[in-house]
Amino acid sequence: MSKPQIELETRGLEAYFGDHRALHGISLQAEKFKLLALIGPSGCGKSTFIRCLNRLHEETPGAWAQGEVLLEGEPIYGKGVDPVSIRRKIGMVFQRPNPFPMMSIYENVASGLLLAGVKSRKELDPLVERSLKQAALWDEVKDQLKKPGTRLSGGQQQRLCIARALAVSPPVLLMDEPTSALDPISTARIEELLVELKKSVTVIMVTHNMQQAARISDQTAFFLMGEMVESGATEQIFTNPKDARTEQYITGRFG
Amino acid sequence: MSRFRNPYRKWKSRVLLSLLGLGALAAVFPLVMILLHLVREGWSALNLAFFTETQKPVGELGGGMAHSILGTLGLVGLASGIGIPLGLASGVYLSEYGGTGQRSGERLAGWVRFALELFSSTPSILIGVFVYGLVVVPMKHFSLLAGALALALILIPLVARTSEELLRLVPGSLREAGLALGIPRWKVILHIVLGSARPAVLASLVLAVARIAGETAPLVFTSFGSPSFVKGITEPTSALPLQIYTYAISPFEEWHRMAWAGALLLVALVLILNAVMRVLSHGLGGGAHE
Amino acid sequence: MERQIDSEIRELKELILTMGGCVEKAIEEATQALILREPKRFAQVFEQEAKINELHIKVDETCVRIIARQGPLAADLRWIIASIKINTDLERMGDQAVNIAHNGARYLTEPPLKPLIDLPRMASEVRQMVRGCLDSFVRKDLILAEEVLSRDDVVDGYKNEIFDELRNYMIKDPLSVERSLNLILIARNLERIGDHATNISEDVIYALTGQDIRHGHVSLDEVHAQAGIPVGEHS
Repeated sequence: MSKPQIELETRGLEAYFGDHRALHGISLQAEKFKLLALIGPSGCGKSTFIRCLNRLHEETPGAWAQGEVLLEGEPIYGKGVDPVSIRRKIGMVFQRPNPFPMMSIYENVASGLLLAGVKSRKELDPLVERSLKQAALWDEVKDQLKKPGTRLSGGQQQRLCIARALAVSPPVLLMDEPTSALDPISTARIEELLVELKKSVTVIMVTHNMQQAARISDQTAFFLMGEMVESGATEQIFTNPKDARTEQYITGRFG
Repeated sequence: MSRFRNPYRKWKSRVLLSLLGLGALAAVFPLVMILLHLVREGWSALNLAFFTETQKPVGELGGGMAHSILGTLGLVGLASGIGIPLGLASGVYLSEYGGTGQRSGERLAGWVRFALELFSSTPSILIGVFVYGLVVVPMKHFSLLAGALALALILIPLVARTSEELLRLVPGSLREAGLALGIPRWKVILHIVLGSARPAVLASLVLAVARIAGETAPLVFTSFGSPSFVKGITEPTSALPLQIYTYAISPFEEWHRMAWAGALLLVALVLILNAVMRVLSHGLGGGAHE
Repeated sequence: MERQIDSEIRELKELILTMGGCVEKAIEEATQALILREPKRFAQVFEQEAKINELHIKVDETCVRIIARQGPLAADLRWIIASIKINTDLERMGDQAVNIAHNGARYLTEPPLKPLIDLPRMASEVRQMVRGCLDSFVRKDLILAEEVLSRDDVVDGYKNEIFDELRNYMIKDPLSVERSLNLILIARNLERIGDHATNISEDVIYALTGQDIRHGHVSLDEVHAQAGIPVGEHS
């Protein structure tokens, strides 16, 4: 039996807002081409955690982090590491869809590439098409690529944001409650595309929706008050968790 | 069913709406009257000579405001060239890096804001006096440059304040989305933040320029005015507002008419700039929907 | 904080316990009627069976309802799944009690073949297993469930002895075949009841620990290791 390949790993990651410690020594591994779900009550640090993975956390004034985060074995914190280049490899999709308002659908998807200097249509067209297909949006918008990105419905906008993040071909995709602002049908669509997507991209997803985590994730980690209480195979976490706190949370007995 | 009837309410609503409409009309009425008056008084003097000739020596007939038109264009152009970049840069700095000005890293922003507020609340004539002492005295004469500088000093706080506010309106989520794509911060600011605020920012720039086109007091001690075409950037120059004043206080009937014409032209200029502003803010997509 | 699912699970448990009570009564009446030669008591068995069948349906309906509406997870999920299986085993026990009543009624139409010694002991053992597995269910007692498992061998032992003894009777005396067969069938019925009791115990162990010990999939030692109970505390 082959050893699982670790795409992204944290060791003793701590995050601070000024003097306040929001994350206490998190050590967690995300396996390659698997979906890791992060669950836990509000304010437990899951969003802070993933924002440390693409070094977005430190963009907040007064916020900082320490500890190790390794992408394919290479540290992403440390002297001389450029956060901008890290973010090209670790993409992010946010809770509320945020397409760029002054750009068309095509421009939105291509924005990461355009602003990196790629200008030729010959290079951009296939990448835009591939990303929109991966985001299960191509069929709906292929004839309206010039339409402004904001004229789409909420669910479509979120898929547009997914396509935008995928266009730069990151090996890892972070998602912060990507469906919590959407209706059930849009949610189901996005869950389906994630099940397909995780075959080629490692996904780490924060979710409030336990059933969602149970449905589509391979691994699940439970966070509570800045700590990671337990992590393991999703099936094991949801049928027989080891820690009593995990059990209480997922059966809804607190929070 | 009868307990849902309330004829009194409908009547009250109609009366109040009518009062509001009357109030609006009352506000617009004086403006319309002024415009009509300007047209009536100045239209006759808007001839070719007006646009091509300069001030004739006292006693001679004819003349025009060609030199003033050119002077205003030059002053406003130079002032914008200096003021818009500096104002935008300050606005961008304050919005993207300035925060609330309370944290330790934001002290500079706090000072910048303070300086801008100081300048924006200074009466424009004092700005003129300030530039007089700074530029005119060492140069030993009035100049277009000094006038443009004075106008720029009025323009910068205006542009900085409005652009800062407009940029702050851009949701933080757009900045984060840009950063998360691995776009360097300066490109995020330039292309995404400024990009999404572009229509509004352009419109505000047009308004600011319209505003300084009409400023008179700061020009009195700086560009001073002149009866002829400006000879160089270091020479005094006429400007529409200055020339209007010169013609208006003269004893000559003909010059009075030209003053009216100048006023009409100035108002027309402002109106045109406003129209351009509207086209800009609607035509470029007008920002985010939903 | 009590949630809706807690009261629903409690309701489910009560249904199962009620059903267990009916099963216990049915077994007792059937075996006592046979041992004490009181055929009138067999009627009680059929009474209980009617109740058992009604509860059989109610329990399944309740489980489906809880799954559909509450989306149970972790221990809740395991208890619901165990309850569905226990439901089936209890109903089968009821069927076996009815079979005992039929076979017993036929036996009692003729004079006694022999004094019944092993059958009463076997019946007693089986009754204790049924009691034990139901107790382990209601008290969430892992040790008790394991004890039931260990008794299965004893019951099998009785069955084999009874089979051997009655085989000899049938060889020696052709007139005893009818009665011997009835007794053999009754022994078989009791042995099946014992099997169902061990099934229930296995389901309880799964619900408590998440480990499936059927068919040697997971050993009891492993269960103890995971649960933190020292090895050797099961007989």
